[in-house]
Amino acid sequence: MANPIELLQRFGKNFAISEIHEQKADLTFFKVPKEQAVRLLRELRDDAGYTHLAFLTNIDWIEKGIFTLTYMLHNYDARHSLGMHVDLERDNAEMQSIHGLWAQAATYQRELREMYGIRFPGSPRLDEDFCLEGWDQIPPMRKEFDTAAFSLERFYSREGRGTEDPREHMKGLLYPTHTDEPSSGGQ
Amino acid sequence: MFEPNPPVDLSSGKYLKLWQGPQHPGITGNMSLELTTCGDEVVDCKTHVGYLHRGFEKLMERRTFIQNFPIVCRIAVPEPTFNEYLYAAVVEELAGIQSPERAEWIRTLNLELMRLASYLMWLGGIGAAFGQSTVYQWTVTHRDYILDLFEEMTGARVYHMYIVPGGVRGRLPEGFEGRCHEVLNRVEKLLRDVEKVLFNNVVFKARTKGLGHIPREMVDPYGITGPNQRAAGFARDLRKDAPYLVYDQLEFDLITATESDTYARAWVRYQEMHQGIRMLRQCLDRMPKDGPFQARMPNVLHWQVPAGETYAKAECTRGEYGYYLVTDGSEYVRRVHVRGPSYTHAIALMEKLAVGTNIADIAGLMVSLHTYPPEIER
Repeated sequence: MANPIELLQRFGKNFAISEIHEQKADLTFFKVPKEQAVRLLRELRDDAGYTHLAFLTNIDWIEKGIFTLTYMLHNYDARHSLGMHVDLERDNAEMQSIHGLWAQAATYQRELREMYGIRFPGSPRLDEDFCLEGWDQIPPMRKEFDTAAFSLERFYSREGRGTEDPREHMKGLLYPTHTDEPSSGGQ
Repeated sequence: MFEPNPPVDLSSGKYLKLWQGPQHPGITGNMSLELTTCGDEVVDCKTHVGYLHRGFEKLMERRTFIQNFPIVCRIAVPEPTFNEYLYAAVVEELAGIQSPERAEWIRTLNLELMRLASYLMWLGGIGAAFGQSTVYQWTVTHRDYILDLFEEMTGARVYHMYIVPGGVRGRLPEGFEGRCHEVLNRVEKLLRDVEKVLFNNVVFKARTKGLGHIPREMVDPYGITGPNQRAAGFARDLRKDAPYLVYDQLEFDLITATESDTYARAWVRYQEMHQGIRMLRQCLDRMPKDGPFQARMPNVLHWQVPAGETYAKAECTRGEYGYYLVTDGSEYVRRVHVRGPSYTHAIALMEKLAVGTNIADIAGLMVSLHTYPPEIER
């Protein structure tokens, strides 16, 4: 097994690999364009021994207008992991499906469709609800989804709460105003 | 590779839809299986999750690094310590903090005790799924003895919040080692009894041998890890292959089997419990008795972790458990992804293995894969 950096340089002859970053001895990250990603995954799996897909997830860079998919692969013989990044346009996110390479990828893709709204055409049961049943808002893991605003709108407050800000609420409970009156004891 | 189950014509009158769950069928937690049956044979299975979705990953993006620490343990109920350790490990790595040696030993002790407790609960579950409820009573009682130790060590029985970034929250209590040895002796005695009544039981053998066979060639394409993988003949264990904490200083054997059925998976886990006890005894005897248990930490109320990303993983009772953390230099997490082994075991794998199984064996099959839904939904 070649050194991971050398391996990526070798693949770099056919693929536009960039931003190679060695995080630790057994973990290297790199980036590849969307169009080449699935072909590279297949070659890494079949020719370089990275047979295990540990997970597939997404990072939301809202300020840059991109989603970054992370495919985490592992080579059991070399005891090394590769984290492959693929940038997608945030507004029209679509990626090729890899359920033909790893069976569990179909579930990850279904989750990413539900949580970020990324489409993976052809992925099995992609549009079925995964965790959320009857969800009518924007996909909740996107950074613009405000959980606090959603809760205020959807649910009612606990009776007797003067404020919706937990810090303000706890301040009142933790540090009551001091008075010289003797305590009445208990509630 | 994903291969759909053959389609069934529900209008033909030959099939019946049956829901198993989401109430606990055995110890598999709140998920449900939508089974299509023909007679008493399952011809299609779909896993449904979401009953425990609490949005941990989203919640963590809105909290500071130290505020996340009390919620991570709630992601896997019977085995919360792995979340604490892995969250601490990824934050420490990106923040450049090294926890002291004594803390590393205490963490290992804590993780192995947790593994033993989780396996005890599982052993009861597999017994109960095949009609051996007595085993369940015994093992849950012994799990409680371990929870007593946790209460003594951390102040809590289930969610300990003990492994913090930088080390652990406290030293071991006075006389803890002796009491721990005593519990280990009791568990070892129990395991001998369990071997007699469960693994030598003719009914248990008849029902589990051959059930839920995972072919070797399915292991990598389905992302199968942990005892499910070792029972199929793969000698892979993160404690050996990528040693973390002090596992490189401990002696233990890697347990594998070749039959890859429910019985083999149960046997692998049973043997691993013996190895766990062996490791715990080594920890108790060899761990440093003094020295710091916390590294010097920045003010955690204004803690900014440098921008970066990393992935840390550990071998939990079900397989590879991992935390992927992305930071952007602010006081908040940019993204955290929790990789739970049940993600693939309970969905892609379960949907495949259920086909052709008798309805009566479905609960046992689920338990044999050892799944926890909270780590799927996060």
